[in-house]
Amino acid sequence: MNRIGESFLQLLGKTPKKPAREEILPAAQEIHYYKKVNKVITREVIMKLHAVPHKNTWRNRRWLTLLVVNLLFVVSYYLDIQLLEGALTASRFMGFHMADLNSALQVMLAFKEVLINLVIGTTTVLIMWLLLGGRTFCSWVCPYHLVAEWAEKLHLKLVEKKIIKGVTFHRGMRTVLYVIFALLAVVTGYTVFETISPTGIISRALIYGPRIALVWVSFLLLFEIFVSRRAWCRYACPIGITYGIVGLVSPLRVTYNIQDCAHEGDCRKACLVPHVLDVTIKGRSRDVNMAIGADCTRCGLCVDLCPTDSLNFEYRFTGTGK
Amino acid sequence: MSGKKRKLNPREQKLRREFLRSVVLTSGLVGTSLLGFIPLVKAEQRRLRPPGALAEQAFLAACIKCGQCVQVCPVQAIRLADIDDGFGIGAPFIGARAQACDFSCDGLQCVLACPTGALTHEINYSHETRMGFARLDRPAACFAIRGEGFKGQARGADFDGKLRYDDIDRWNPLYVRDNPYDLEICDLCVRHCPIEIRIGQCEAGKPPSGDQNQCPPRHAIKLEAFETVDGKAHMRPVVLNGCVGCGVCEMICPVEGDSAIVVDSRKTAETV
Repeated sequence: MNRIGESFLQLLGKTPKKPAREEILPAAQEIHYYKKVNKVITREVIMKLHAVPHKNTWRNRRWLTLLVVNLLFVVSYYLDIQLLEGALTASRFMGFHMADLNSALQVMLAFKEVLINLVIGTTTVLIMWLLLGGRTFCSWVCPYHLVAEWAEKLHLKLVEKKIIKGVTFHRGMRTVLYVIFALLAVVTGYTVFETISPTGIISRALIYGPRIALVWVSFLLLFEIFVSRRAWCRYACPIGITYGIVGLVSPLRVTYNIQDCAHEGDCRKACLVPHVLDVTIKGRSRDVNMAIGADCTRCGLCVDLCPTDSLNFEYRFTGTGK
Repeated sequence: MSGKKRKLNPREQKLRREFLRSVVLTSGLVGTSLLGFIPLVKAEQRRLRPPGALAEQAFLAACIKCGQCVQVCPVQAIRLADIDDGFGIGAPFIGARAQACDFSCDGLQCVLACPTGALTHEINYSHETRMGFARLDRPAACFAIRGEGFKGQARGADFDGKLRYDDIDRWNPLYVRDNPYDLEICDLCVRHCPIEIRIGQCEAGKPPSGDQNQCPPRHAIKLEAFETVDGKAHMRPVVLNGCVGCGVCEMICPVEGDSAIVVDSRKTAETV
């Protein structure tokens, strides 16, 4: 299976499998073998790696970006400076049309007509996220992502203190919901998904003032705190799939280098979509360098966390890994 | 080994439970989103939409719920609906009694701002819009019908609504509360009708922005004298087929409580 095909299937819900021995390239096999035979990863090595506290460089950059983008809408409206008009669903940046890909898709499916303004807005945003990584939208722009990150911290505390036991769902349900909402838009002629989209609700609430709809968002957050970690983003949100598909061929991605990895799994524990980091499990990487799949939101938590610098952002137009 | 009796191993049991949970959550989310249908069925509660809005179903399909129309409106007449509007969440509407569209912008800014054509780009002038049609809802309350004048602030001292008073300020809408009236017989619905104002300007040879196309072809409202036994002068507002349903008459009507004249958002000049 080629890299993009596999990445796509994982986006839709497929669980990554351990590669067969013959699928692993010789160079990677050599490193796997070397680590196994020479027992290079000892307790001592790991202790030493963790003596340095990890940075929050990318997280801070990301939170700042997310806040600035969302506040630009607010400031632009309140000061009436027409810098970024509208909301996240559709806007004008200095007069130039922008349209959220998923919102635009829902409108096209429901309305079945496309105005030139929407074509311009959608194309602009499509090219932008193609260059910037697709699901980068999720972690760097979506306001729900930020509050969900804080809810996640609470959730993990509760789990750690054994007050609750988090439950999981099948990731495939996000694909099922994607198809259902697309069909509902076509059949009913209404943008059904927008009714429950926390992204649109929060964005509008920030700009146009709080609404009762925020009760629904709070409900989602409570569900994530007490029941299931990051449930909306992981198992439900169609926006993630739309941008994920864009990210399939994006030059911006996180890549994994197997050489110094101690295979501890801290990155997978922090990750919103840990299946994309399955390549970091001992013996799983098929190549020395592996591009992380399209479901990755490029949030950079793993990059900040990795004590061996095995995970890094990369910007290149050719493929990495097979 | 019969499939019916075979006990699932713990891993299979776990996956099975996860699958069932996923089915429940999926159904729950779809079910919740479909609750958005309910407010739509109550047709009599149809909102007054901004100028150029397509027919309700097409409008809700096309609207991307961004609020760019809200941001450009000079009198802030447009608001976005909340989740109690169901599928209409985030879609723009006008609460005419609180703040009507008085076409202060002349150029239909909301229409120009709309990125999807939910507010159709096929119209350019105020008289081409079809938001609804005005109707005398409480004739008994109407000051003109009762033969009464009106003195003071049209909607009281606390009213936040704005209108453009052309002769005072051509560019900035002013608070209604800052412009009290002293009228022999109340004619506020006619006096402030944006269509009638434009017809007046055109007849005086001064169409808005000097553009002859801004001139409405038909009158929208007039006062008609009628006779009663008491010998007082009584006037009745009569809505004409040039009415576009902007709602200014509903906003300015100085009677207590609900307006004597209201806009019916399900009718237009063509359908009455």
